[in-house]
Amino acid sequence: MLRIAIFDYGAGNLYSLKAAFERNPNTRVSIIDSLKNILDYDGLVLPGVGNFDPAITSIGQGKELFIKAVEDKTPILGICLGMEMLFNKSEEGKLNGLSILDGEVIMLNKKLTKIPHMGWNTLKLEMNGGNLLNGIPDNSWVYFVHSYRISPVNKGIVIANSEYGITIPAAIEIDNLFGTQFHPEKSGKTGAIILKNFLRACRERT
Amino acid sequence: MPLSKRIIPCLDVDNGLVVKGVHFLDIKIAGDPVKLAKKYTEQGADELVFLDITASQEGRDTMRDVVTNVADVVNIPFTVGGGIRNLEDARQILRNGADKVSINTAAVNNPGLVTELMEIFGRQCVVVAIDAKFKSPIQAPKMVKRKSTYATENIDNTYEVMIYGGKKETGIDAIQWAKKVESLGAGEILLTSVDADGTEDGYRLDLTNLISDAVRIPVIASGGCGKPEHILRLFKETDADAALAASIFHYDKYSIDKVKSFLREGGISIRF
Repeated sequence: MLRIAIFDYGAGNLYSLKAAFERNPNTRVSIIDSLKNILDYDGLVLPGVGNFDPAITSIGQGKELFIKAVEDKTPILGICLGMEMLFNKSEEGKLNGLSILDGEVIMLNKKLTKIPHMGWNTLKLEMNGGNLLNGIPDNSWVYFVHSYRISPVNKGIVIANSEYGITIPAAIEIDNLFGTQFHPEKSGKTGAIILKNFLRACRERT
Repeated sequence: MPLSKRIIPCLDVDNGLVVKGVHFLDIKIAGDPVKLAKKYTEQGADELVFLDITASQEGRDTMRDVVTNVADVVNIPFTVGGGIRNLEDARQILRNGADKVSINTAAVNNPGLVTELMEIFGRQCVVVAIDAKFKSPIQAPKMVKRKSTYATENIDNTYEVMIYGGKKETGIDAIQWAKKVESLGAGEILLTSVDADGTEDGYRLDLTNLISDAVRIPVIASGGCGKPEHILRLFKETDADAALAASIFHYDKYSIDKVKSFLREGGISIRF
């Protein structure tokens, strides 16, 4: 039985993410509101609903354990805001990010396109899509809802981009750290494969 | 490939069952919401909208179960609206598995609710539904005289915001209101033409253009869809991001995949 933890920043809508993981066999998902036991899980998910500062605040004292989990190569998937939090800072908030990855989070340009970037868009794979996008064809459709984009210092971590007025990094991967700007749990069959790939990374590590 | 235009089937739910109203009246039963949601998802729906039209409190509790049952089987985004009066109602619906909540009457009665929802759940969760009704130029001056924060002195277009399921006038100009809810924190506008709703003779393109030109958030057009050509015209002639339709899908008149192929052949960016 794989044990996956989804961290709840306090905002709430985690049911559909949990349900999406639990459609896979032998997967038990716990929704946790403290990171104190994260080293007991096979994988950790930082979900994509909420605002930057309250989400960072909710991690609070758990930050050191989170860094430890990254160093231990516990598979971690950050979705949307959950990925943005891994960087140094965001234009959405005043607080510092988790600084696991170097780079910042920038607001999309209102002059170029409507904001939020909401709806289905296609993936342009880089680095063959890494392990996370294994089995996903180029130009597959996934569901985005976001107003900010990441700008990583190390461009080599980007495994897919998407075009929305500008090029938006859509997914990242480095070791066992994964991130998506889109919502795999809402991206139909393509999203289901991506979640399965994350679970495989969790299984291979145990 | 640009962002795709979204096709969104709408399911009106009364006491746990999907129904379709014509002009908000004359209700007919159409089926089980979970089964329909699954079917539409498999046919290629880009998103789903559930509108709870239940009057009673028990019925609303039923809706929460419907939301959870839908979230169990559906892997595309879905919005729930209707009967959400305050923060707590919205929280319940989101906790039960909905991705977005849509508010209409509650936003007009308490505009601060839009901001509150945005701050807690994020802008992407907040859909403001605007039911707009055309007023002839003769009726329009009455709107200006009414006491309202958002009615403007020189109304050059005459769409009024309606609440309580399209039944009650507000004296609020729809364009001003759209701009207002954007600034309050709405992530999206679900725009329904009260005049067109249920007629199946096409979306109101002028209204759609007026609203989508006024804001920079996505606009879902609703009301009047009777055949795939209506959706094609909507996407050719307006800047709408999504088309909401109910009756054309409910009775298997057109399947979603057929409608999407038709739109793709018509040159619209469509997910397939």
